[in-house]
Amino acid sequence: MSVLKAMLSTVAVAATFVAGTAQADDVRIALVVKALGIGFFEAAAKGAEEAAAELGGVEIIYTGPTDTTAEGQIEVINSLIAQQVDAIAISANDTDALVPTLKKAMQRGITVISWDSGVAPEGRELHLNPSSNPLIGNMIIKLAADHLPDGGDVAVLSATTTSTNQNIWIDEMKKVMGNYPGVNLVATVYGDDLADKSYRETTGLIQTYPDLKAIIAPTSVGIVAAAQAVADAGKIGEVNVTGLGLPSEMAGAIESGASQSFAIWNPIDLGYSATMLAYNLATDKAEAAAGAEIPMGRMGSLTLDENTEGAMADPFVYDSSNIDDFKSIF
Amino acid sequence: MTPTARQIPDRLTTPAQRLFKSWEALLLAVAIGIFVLNSFASPYFLNVWNLSDATFNFTEKAMIAFAMALLIISGEIDLSVASIIALASTAMGAAAQFGAGTTELVLIGMGVGMLCGAFNAVLVTIMGLPSIVVTIGTMSLFRGISFIVLGDGAFRGYPESFAFFGQGYIWWVFSFEIFLFAIFAVIYAVVLHKTNFGRAVFAIGNNATGALFSGIRVQRVKFILFLLTGLMAGVAAVCLTSRLGSTRPSIALGWELEVITMVVLGGVNILGGSGSIPGVVIAAFVMGLVTFGLGLLNVPGIVMSIFLGLLLIGVIALPRLWAQLAARRA
Repeated sequence: MSVLKAMLSTVAVAATFVAGTAQADDVRIALVVKALGIGFFEAAAKGAEEAAAELGGVEIIYTGPTDTTAEGQIEVINSLIAQQVDAIAISANDTDALVPTLKKAMQRGITVISWDSGVAPEGRELHLNPSSNPLIGNMIIKLAADHLPDGGDVAVLSATTTSTNQNIWIDEMKKVMGNYPGVNLVATVYGDDLADKSYRETTGLIQTYPDLKAIIAPTSVGIVAAAQAVADAGKIGEVNVTGLGLPSEMAGAIESGASQSFAIWNPIDLGYSATMLAYNLATDKAEAAAGAEIPMGRMGSLTLDENTEGAMADPFVYDSSNIDDFKSIF
Repeated sequence: MTPTARQIPDRLTTPAQRLFKSWEALLLAVAIGIFVLNSFASPYFLNVWNLSDATFNFTEKAMIAFAMALLIISGEIDLSVASIIALASTAMGAAAQFGAGTTELVLIGMGVGMLCGAFNAVLVTIMGLPSIVVTIGTMSLFRGISFIVLGDGAFRGYPESFAFFGQGYIWWVFSFEIFLFAIFAVIYAVVLHKTNFGRAVFAIGNNATGALFSGIRVQRVKFILFLLTGLMAGVAAVCLTSRLGSTRPSIALGWELEVITMVVLGGVNILGGSGSIPGVVIAAFVMGLVTFGLGLLNVPGIVMSIFLGLLLIGVIALPRLWAQLAARRA
């Protein structure tokens, strides 16, 4: 029977090293992410811990599946329901597939909100968008205009002609162009979110418009390729590349000066806000209804629209002053 | 002088002894050990509803594992089962868009599963291709078709009554899925251990040529086994789709390995020739209890997979080490 003994002691040892989670009377908020081990979500968890420290008496359970599947998240949610957590804040792998399980969570009195990547309205109380289309549209042109005090020609390098997000942002940008006098949109080209095509399109822009002052790329693939193309063409200092990108991929371009600044949502703020919202709903300090304003600490408050969705803030601007802090995060 | 009849024992060990030393007994002890440890480790574990929720973690996979056990015992393997789920679910989703009722949806799901199984079967048994190669191919093929049909979209809008298969309860805490699981466990146990067909499966796995010369229609038996595996994947697709209420092409991603893990943990020889259905049933519970128990302690998914990996290696390696040790001592 020593086989059994060996087996059981293995199990026991393993169980003791995973046990030891505190079971206090804290408000327990579960931050469920698409998958563990992704820098963006690790940063969000940091923000959640920050909110917990600020609130006091809050325990953050940071969890998620190993790979980005709905089935994996359902298992995680089931175990959270079983633990009777107070709130679940989830970045969903699937808009629809999580709804039955999250409904069950709500029936058992658990506050459910989604953030970053949403759940269908019937499966959550509110959804926190990192930003909104008008805010993003305004931000990308503002980033270019900030470094063009005398105005000048700018061009857009987008993803594909059918990319829904990019098209909306560019439309929103065009709506507010009037607020930036002297800034002239000369062309919109499409790099199809492929590094090599984006690079060729950028080179084409530089050759066609010798007076070009800025390239706006609201895509994380395009912005990196455009910065590379500008550097290779020896146009650093003449053409500023900006738009939406990831700090880890853009650190080099900021350092070389090919890009003065760019923007993307700040995951720390996102995790912080999601936690604040979940706390306020779970402790009945606020109610999620259309038109409601729910406070979220240092991030102000979230105004919900008719779909009980809200936008957190302007995209966060990254430049040489803060890129080193963020490039290792995501 | 009459020769005194020398008693030759029928067996060297009594049935009770054999049962005690069997793989199933070891597994059962592990399962009970995990159950006890879990009840100590988390105050939420011993709750019938929580345990009932936890069964959904393995029932669908276990249904496929029964058919897979027979297939592996016969010396073949099917890596395409998770992709069959994806294709069957996509077919059901498409049919639901055209207003198919619940009965039609179930028939379509099972039918597509069987067709996929038949496709594998033709390639392996009639064309004589190795099953591991064929099913690696169809693994990409079946899921690829789902991706072409759905892209990044999803099918929703299943009829209300369809939700019963994945979310309904037959009696008290016993879900429809756990009933189905129990019924299939009995059917497959009887087929494998009490019928001529089952004997043929073992014979083929031990020596296919020998089986052929003993008058067993080897290719026909294998054809039926592939068909059954496809059918069970179709049944699992019905349950999973009903549970999720929607279909995406990434549905059940990675399940083939979990199903095979369950089969191997259940004591089925991966090289064919031996194994039992009770073993697979206990293995299903072991895997379900381990993932649920660790989930309650909020152990990250990646640590959970490490633990399951160690459990698999441990349960397989320890008895062999033990046997070697015993042999050396003798």
